[in-house]
Order: sequence, then C-alpha cells, then structure tokens
Amino acid sequence: MKKLLKGNSAVAYGVKLARAEVIAAYPITPQTSIIEDLAAFVAKGELQATFVKVESEHSALAACIGAASAGARVFTATSAQGLALMHELIHWAAGARLPIVLADVNRAMAPGWSIWTDQNDTLSQRDTGWMQLYCASSQEVVDSVVQAYKVAEKVLLPVMIVLDAFFLSHTHEVVDVPEQTLVDRFLPPLDLPLRLDVERPGAFGNLVFPDRYMEFRYKIELAHREALEVWREVDREWGELVGRSYGLLEAYRLEDAETVLLTAGTPASTGKVAVDQLRQEGIPAGLVRLRLFRPFPAAELERLLSGLRRVVVLDRNCSYGHHGIFHQEVKSALYELPERRRPQVLGVVAGLGGRDITVADLAAILRQAHRGELAAPVTWWNVLQPEEEAVALAVAK
Amino acid sequence: MSTNATLYDPKNLHLPDQELLRSGHLACPGCGAALGMRLALKALGPKTIVVIPACCWAVINGPYPFHALGVPVLQVAFETAAVSAAGIRAALHMKGRDDVAVLAWAGDGGTFDIGFQSLSGAVERNEDIIYVCYDNEAYMNTGIQRSSATPFGAWTTTTPEPDTKPEPKKNIVEILAEHRIPYAATASIAFPEDFVRKLQKARSIRGAKFIHLWISCPAGHKSEERLSVKIARLAVETGVFPLYEVEHGTRYTINHEPSFLDVTHYLELQGRFRHLTPEQIEFIRQSIRWEWQRLRAKVAMGESLPEPPVPPASHPRPS
Repeated sequence: MKKLLKGNSAVAYGVKLARAEVIAAYPITPQTSIIEDLAAFVAKGELQATFVKVESEHSALAACIGAASAGARVFTATSAQGLALMHELIHWAAGARLPIVLADVNRAMAPGWSIWTDQNDTLSQRDTGWMQLYCASSQEVVDSVVQAYKVAEKVLLPVMIVLDAFFLSHTHEVVDVPEQTLVDRFLPPLDLPLRLDVERPGAFGNLVFPDRYMEFRYKIELAHREALEVWREVDREWGELVGRSYGLLEAYRLEDAETVLLTAGTPASTGKVAVDQLRQEGIPAGLVRLRLFRPFPAAELERLLSGLRRVVVLDRNCSYGHHGIFHQEVKSALYELPERRRPQVLGVVAGLGGRDITVADLAAILRQAHRGELAAPVTWWNVLQPEEEAVALAVAK
Repeated sequence: MSTNATLYDPKNLHLPDQELLRSGHLACPGCGAALGMRLALKALGPKTIVVIPACCWAVINGPYPFHALGVPVLQVAFETAAVSAAGIRAALHMKGRDDVAVLAWAGDGGTFDIGFQSLSGAVERNEDIIYVCYDNEAYMNTGIQRSSATPFGAWTTTTPEPDTKPEPKKNIVEILAEHRIPYAATASIAFPEDFVRKLQKARSIRGAKFIHLWISCPAGHKSEERLSVKIARLAVETGVFPLYEVEHGTRYTINHEPSFLDVTHYLELQGRFRHLTPEQIEFIRQSIRWEWQRLRAKVAMGESLPEPPVPPASHPRPS
C-alpha cells in the first residue's frame, strides 16, 4: 500500500511489519516520532507488543537485552547522546549475540547542543560488533528494517539501521508499505535456539577465563564474515518478493568514470544530481553509496573501484587527529589492490552538525578533485578558519 | 535471646526441601549471599529466572561452562538488574508465560548506588518482578569499598581509619516503599522461614516487589566464617536491622520484635567496627532507638489511614 511517510514513520512501519514483540525506548530528538508511532500502533492494537517505557536509553537497551535473551523479537530507537549512553550495552548486546534491531537517527554529539545530523554518534559504535546499515530513502528504511531482522536472526548479531536527522527522518516521501502477508512469508516468528527457558535452565553471560574468552570473540568475527553473504541473500530474496533490492553498495554511473564520490546516507542522493551535472559538463564522474558499513563489504568495494583514477570520500563525521571514518575505511580496503589498479583516495569532511551539503557543494568537490585541485589527504569543506570565525563573531556582536 | 530459643533451633525450621543451589559454587566459606540464594530458590522453585548484575553472585555462579543454579540465569550489566528483569518479564508475557517468576538478585552497590536509577524506573512502572537486594554493606566483590549501604563508622578500604564512614546507611526500603509498590520488605538469612514466606508472598502479588536481605560477609566484615548466621541474627536482635514489610507504601508490619540486646554484642564480632570509640557506639545506640521510634510511628500512620483510592477500571494498575 502506498503511503506518504517520513523516514521515522517508515521505521515504525518496518517494525510493525516485522511484528516486534517487545519495544523499549526513551524519547530523544530527532528519533522520538518513531516511538510515538509505535506507541500508537500498540495502543490501537495494530501491533501486538509490550512497550516498556523506560527511564533512560541505557535502560531501553537493557530491557531489550533481557527480552531478547528470553526469545522475544525486540526493537529500540535512539540518537546521539542516547546512543552514547547505551554504549556499554551496545557492546553487551553484540557480545551476547542477540538479534536486536535498533534505529539510530544520526544526530551530532554535544557540546554545543545540536539536534541536526552527522554520523559521529553511530560511527563511534563501529567496534562494538553491531552490523550497521545506512539508508538514503524512506522506502529503503521500511525495507531495511524488515531485512535487518531476517539477517540478525540468522547470524545472531544486532543491527543498527541508520538514517540522517531531518533530511531523512522528517522528510515525507511516497513509500510502498508491503503487505503483512508478504512480510510474514519472508520473516517467520523468532525461534532463538538458546534462550532463557525454565525447562532448559542455562546460564548466560558467566565469567569467562582467558582460555575461552577469545573463542567467543572469534565467533563474532566469523558471524560478521558470514553476514556479508547473508545480507546479499536476504536482499535478493526481498527483491524477488517486493521488487526492490539495494545491494550492499550502490553504484551510480561508474561506466568510464574517473572521479568517483563515495559517501553514505542522504548526501548520496544529492551526489547523484551532482554527478549528472558533471557528466553534462563532460567530466566522467560517478558515485558509490556505502549502504552496509559493518560488516564492511571490502571485496565488493575493491571490485567497484579497481582501476579508477580517484575516489573522493565524503564524511559527515571525523575521527579527530586523523581522517573521516569512511575515508580511513575505504583507504584501508583499497590498499589490497595492486598499485597500478589503486585509485587515489581523497577525503572531504563536510556537513557536521547538520550543515547543508548541497548539489553545488558536491559538484564543486568533484570538479576540484577532477582537476587535481582538492587538497590531499583531507579537506574540511565549507568551514571558516579560526581567524575568519573570530571576525564573523565580532561582526555578529 | 533465650525467649527465641525455639526460633533459632535448626531442627524446628520448616523450609521447602527442594535444593536449586548446587554444590561447586564459588562462594567464600560463611558467605551469606550463597545461603540467601539457596533459601530464595527453595521459596520460588524451578519456575524462576534469575537476573544477576555485577556483584559477588556474578562470580559465585561459576565460570563458563559451569552453572551452580538449577534455574536459568542471565548475567547483566551492573546498573541494569531491575530493567533487565522487566525486559524478561515483557518477553514472557508475550509468550504467555506469566507463571514464571523473574528474580533480580543484586548486591547493595548494584541496588543502592549504580543500579538505583533503573530500579526506581522499573518499580515506578510497577514491573512484575521480584527484586532482592542482598546487602553485605559494601563493594565486597571488588575488595571492600564503601557503598551508600555501608553503616556509620564502618571501616572499608575507601573509608580507612581514622576516616571511617561518617554518614549513616541509606534507607533503601523506605525509598522503595515511597514508590507505593505493592510490596517491600526486609529479611535476614538468620530468619529463613520469614525470608521464604516473604518471597512466596511476593510471588503471589502482581507488580513490583522488593526485598532487602541482610547478609554476613566474613571477608568484608572481618568476622569469623562460623559466626555468619549468628551475626545476622544479632543484627536483628540488637535492633540494627528491623524485620518488617510494607504494603502499598502504607501498611507497615513489624515481623519480629527484637530483644534489643546491646549493640556491642553485634559490633564486637566484626573487625570493621573494631576502632569505634565509646562516643561513636553511643551514637549508634541512640540511632537504633530513634530509628525504631520512627518505624513504630510509620506502623501507627498506616493503621490510622483509610484505604487508598482505587483508579478506574479503564486505567488499571498492573498490580
């Protein structure tokens, strides 16, 4: 059924279609309308679930961990400070191998307070063992939430579905919401092999000595490796069912491309328009959108980018003291290519704290890169130097 | 104490036979937490799921792949015992397993301090869980550091002499009772029948139940292992730790009238109190008297109040 949905509502519809049984969440802008929609679904009886209205995000994930350990399909959502508060339990959920799905609406970290988008909140959770998937449209959001449960429950790892604040979370788009019967065929009820069960009284999370701890962690790594293929399969199966699939990476106009923009989230949609513009100018530009970030589709990325002249990685995030985080990741993956096939990798940090990334910005970045004018290794785009900022501040006063 | 001779005779104890604490657990000799768990599972039986945050019991249950209990256990993060239990309850409810009890079993640090927020949240929502705080009055698992459950004047490694703890113990039961939960109570390992009865009563009530269990800790209290039950009994009989229960934050019942032995009988068996001056002991004596006056006033208040109003059926309280 076609509906006009903002990204946040698309999350809620995805969760409803997946028949989540326990939801635990705490309000935070810009995520809040996800859980408002879910509270309404539960109150109206449209979703048979228990909604635990906890007193913090830390408790939201703790309740999800408890419920998932008892075999329920669970959901939570958060942003920025909320995700940071969850951090201890983000590690816990992955270590406990629980198929939890969490939607994070990318929001910049304080201080100063910002409710607007950037990716440092989710990327700070990179090394926790969670899978991470970055969406670029409301349609992709609803489809990805359902896919996420299927993958999570197959490989027993939690998934973070990531959407940009406002550009996606609060922008209305026409979305095809799949029929419940189709989704039910795709996603059977959860039957967790090991769970809290008084008929089979096991212990979960006990003390583990050094002679065994590493094996548990190795199995997380193995599950991530397996998950790459599972994502492909699940995405393919979803495509056969509803006619939409996304791949792990999205390639746009890579034929004969020399300069390629690589990014994640909604800047990729903007980037496509910029690429079209550059092609009209006769510049062979292309784009790659990173959809799945963990596990990292390194082999696929190498295949796509092998032999290209240069890749510009646009990061709406930064690992201070080094590069943007996607930039580091792409660079490290491409190092595996033989030198003659290895593109130059440039980084651009842009759009932190929700600053606009426009078509004009991306076209200018690609143009500069194509002419060899973009500084290596990293350019902070559209940012005032400290002395310029001091002048701007004095004028404002 | 002679008036209580029959109460203290183990041959006169009437307790369920079932044993769900198995041999091979890792508790120290004389550990009150092990005895407490043994009694708790006698009371609650095999249809129980136990939630254990960071605390001594996170070790006592045994390292992977061992498991000392005959019931399922979920170990959780330090500050999450109550809300993790609530999550399990939500899952069980969705699966039609309201017959299974969910027991959160946390130490004083995980209850009075770091777990307090999630505990307050869970009981405010009146989650259908039984929460037992087994209280040895300090962070014993990390090597005896003060918590807000540590009593006035006690030595710990972070309240060394002469800087022993200046503040009194936080009154956790009163705080929980003020959430107006259906059931809050104190209990002692030296009064096993009382503890078992309270757990069974808790199990019969829908909603949030809280039991504050006083336990001995030879390693942390600097006491003899063989005296663990005696010291727990003296905590009650000197009036240091009253046994009582509170229903809906209002109805107070004192479960055992102590003989009010002088508190020195209790203090002198524990090295953590060895340094106390006569003035400090006199303050403890006066505090016990004052706390009992306060407790009896609460009993009288509960008796003088009418039944609280009942919300309309369209908004039923979960209890």
